[in-house]
Amino acid sequence: MNTNSNSYLPEELSEKQKKLIEFELNLIQSNAFEKISLNTVEPGIYKLTDWDVLPGFNKMISPVSALQTLDELLERDKKREEDGFPRRIRLGKLMKPTKYNKSKVIIVPTTTEPKFYHDDSITEDNEQETGGSGDGEEGEVIGQQQAQPEQGEGEGQGAGQGEGSDHEMTSRAFDLGKILTEKFHLPNLQDKGKKRAFSKYTYELTDVNRRFGQLLEKKATLKRIIQTNILLGNIIPGQAVNPEELTISPDDMVYRIMSQEKDFETQAVVFFIRDYSGSMQGKPTEAITTLHLFIYSWLMYQYQNNVVTRFILHDTDAKEVPDFHTYYQLQVAGGTRVAPAFQLAEKIISNENLTRDYNIYIFYGTDGDDWDEDGKEYIESLERLCALSSRIGISVAKNSWSGDNQTNVEKNTEKSGLLQKKPEHLKIDSFLSETVQEKELIESIKKIIS
Amino acid sequence: MYLIDQNAKQIMEGCKAKAKAAGLDFFNETLEYIVTNRDMINLSPKVMIPTLYDYWVHDVEVLQGEGKYKLYPANPYETVINSRPAISFYNDNNPDWLNIMIFYHVIGHIDFFQNNILFEHTWNDDFVGVALSDKRLIESLRNKYSRWVDYIIEFSRSIDNITGYFNLLSRLSYPHNMDADDKTMYFFNTFLQDIAKAPMAEIYNLKEAYNSLLDSNGDVGKSMFFSDVKIKYPEFESYFSKYSGRDQNDDDILKFLQDNSPFLKKDENKWMKQVMTIIRNTAMYFAPQIRTKILNEGWASYWHDKLFIADKRIKGHEVDYARINAGVTSISRIGLNPYAIGLRLYQHIEHLAEKGKLSWDYQILNNEEQREIYNKRTGKGKNTIFDIRKNFSDFGFINTFVDQDFVNTYNLFVVGKRLNEESGVFEYYIKSRKAEDYKQMLLDSLYHPPLIKISKDKTDEKNLFLVHHFEGKQLVKDFIPDVLTGLEFLWGNQVQLETTEILRTKDEKNPGQIRFIQRKVLYTCRNKQISKSEI
Repeated sequence: MNTNSNSYLPEELSEKQKKLIEFELNLIQSNAFEKISLNTVEPGIYKLTDWDVLPGFNKMISPVSALQTLDELLERDKKREEDGFPRRIRLGKLMKPTKYNKSKVIIVPTTTEPKFYHDDSITEDNEQETGGSGDGEEGEVIGQQQAQPEQGEGEGQGAGQGEGSDHEMTSRAFDLGKILTEKFHLPNLQDKGKKRAFSKYTYELTDVNRRFGQLLEKKATLKRIIQTNILLGNIIPGQAVNPEELTISPDDMVYRIMSQEKDFETQAVVFFIRDYSGSMQGKPTEAITTLHLFIYSWLMYQYQNNVVTRFILHDTDAKEVPDFHTYYQLQVAGGTRVAPAFQLAEKIISNENLTRDYNIYIFYGTDGDDWDEDGKEYIESLERLCALSSRIGISVAKNSWSGDNQTNVEKNTEKSGLLQKKPEHLKIDSFLSETVQEKELIESIKKIIS
Repeated sequence: MYLIDQNAKQIMEGCKAKAKAAGLDFFNETLEYIVTNRDMINLSPKVMIPTLYDYWVHDVEVLQGEGKYKLYPANPYETVINSRPAISFYNDNNPDWLNIMIFYHVIGHIDFFQNNILFEHTWNDDFVGVALSDKRLIESLRNKYSRWVDYIIEFSRSIDNITGYFNLLSRLSYPHNMDADDKTMYFFNTFLQDIAKAPMAEIYNLKEAYNSLLDSNGDVGKSMFFSDVKIKYPEFESYFSKYSGRDQNDDDILKFLQDNSPFLKKDENKWMKQVMTIIRNTAMYFAPQIRTKILNEGWASYWHDKLFIADKRIKGHEVDYARINAGVTSISRIGLNPYAIGLRLYQHIEHLAEKGKLSWDYQILNNEEQREIYNKRTGKGKNTIFDIRKNFSDFGFINTFVDQDFVNTYNLFVVGKRLNEESGVFEYYIKSRKAEDYKQMLLDSLYHPPLIKISKDKTDEKNLFLVHHFEGKQLVKDFIPDVLTGLEFLWGNQVQLETTEILRTKDEKNPGQIRFIQRKVLYTCRNKQISKSEI
């Protein structure tokens, strides 16, 4: 083999590249002298060079580039900003609804390559069409579907379907929160996070103790008795055992005993409130749910999962929903009144006396629409909530037609004067839902949590 | 990833022999690989070309594919790539009888790739080999220019869907003596129509005059003709002298940039053109596949069905086969399975041609009964569908052959989706059973990139001016700034795009109603800043 082949290789090549070129040169050499067998990788009729051309090349020493990990990809994405180009990688989620109210969620990176494409979403005939076959008259309804957003498969934004197992969602959200904090520089909440930790204990029958205790562990005890008696020679394998002859040592008795458990006490209650009325359909919902998913994930990470979350949806009425999934996915067509949602939050806080034990955060997402023009009830409720909570963050994802005009919610919020009176307790930020990107969402989050 | 075993290869060779006997026409050499689902996930972002250049977007897609696989494990039967020799990939857990069916299906694809004229430009090279050398070139450039190579790839890919694919194709089998010389072509096609704005009758008369002079006097006739023109259109000569020749590339932005960009002409930037060439060639290579999906899948389904049913090895697996075949080719109650439509359309056409119904005689028949019993027993059914697989694209296929007979035979209809506000559900209903509506629905679902051309008049070194020819749909607005920023980089100066937007506004007179307004806008990208103005 020619081992000095690198002497004429250009300087700028990396070590890896040099190795590969050398390797390839050697392959060519080995072809010329076929008696030198290089077929160590794949026996049979193929030469190593064949694997280079054929799809089997992953059988060789890996070619120059290998698949990059998520961290490497995010790292390189960050460099884009230094070079003066916008970032391209977004974090998306995949969701799959399954039976028994559980669903799997997986966080994946996504990217869309910008190109000139036709936009199918805006046409004058806005009805979606597809094909079908079979019997039926024209005009006949042949199927129905609950009015929910389409599954946002593989997309960075967009709501997903499915009921959620809380735990799975939580652990994923924790991961996402970590990435958001580290990669996107969302602020840390260190001080608040540790204040009240470990302050609560519960007692459970979890510890195991020999000789005495509250509850006899029968199976474990029996095992120990058999062990002891095998050692003593009372049990001989293959022969019948007479239980009366067995010796029971006090040490064999295994009990469960009451133990003190540290409980991670939750430090904060977070209310997520979202407008799910008809006007929210499409981009505004996408923007708000993504925004709230990010805040949710960030809080999960900041409080090390010790956060109680409550979810409220409203159109003209407000209702509480049990988990983030339902909150995230539900959509109906209806009118819009903001006040009931805030009143419901108030009611929950006072009924459960939440102010005593917790910091309270309220995040509200809307397109700014409110049928109560003057917003009297809304302002009153907002005023009371400001006194109760550490932070109210209102995000307005404007529809394209509202343009630069102030929406009702913005107008009424300003009118209340609370933005000046309690700047630490109330923040509001608006953006155009049509064009908003992940980056702007994160900026917006920074504003309302700062 | 490894080659199929000898037993399976033997089955494949047997299938190939039977397919050739049935009239399919393809190169004898093929390669078959067994791949795992994981391999598939890794390969699919590279469009199954194992040697395609590396690019970070592919990596993101692989990670995404892995996530998706965790939730939705899928098990594709096969994938074929248009290489020389043709390479096909199989899942590692198919039983023998299923492989026979799949092999027939794959052979259908191979035959299609190697005969349909939309693929003509791919016939002389093995793309897998070409891609490998491209991959190495990009890798060596990366060592020198690091991530700037990826920016060039990104910017080039941002317009790789609007390459001049049809220009390339039309030149391939275009007869060289078809066009007259530049002067004549310019006079009739451009000058008379666009500049002199002569009426059609005038153009027609002039054409007659030209032809008869040419017939009687040969080349002398031509100069006689133009001396007559001089009298009638004295300005023609001066217009023609300014005319710089026919330009093929005004709809191929990538090519135009490579040839004309002041930025890319600089010595230190020349390497970028190499990258752009690779991206453009790769896009050209994939261009026909997306335009022949229905034809190609329909063709493969047609043949796996025909050949496998005739194969005696189906014995004992008829029910299994029926189940799998139905899964692939059934027409759903709601939803569009273009592949199933493709198969039915081939069968429909074969049937028509067999009876001689694809003829003028049949089409002018008005009597329903006579139409029903019309049968000339031409025996041309097979030939006809072979012609279609050779000469058609998806658009032509659907536009030509979807008729009321077809829609009635297979009981097809257009499904509409509307929101029922009272019950909060989306309703699917039968919107139309008319062939024209069904055809339109199919055509709307086809791939159709926007037509964006370079305006030569408004373009100079300081400004690249693009015009989007509006076809009822606006461009995706979110992407326009990013694409223009990339083009500005490649051009080295300001870039402008003229396009049409559709605006949704609330109707002032009719509250609750939404009105659509079209307006022309001009995007300008200068120093990465995008501005938009109405025209």
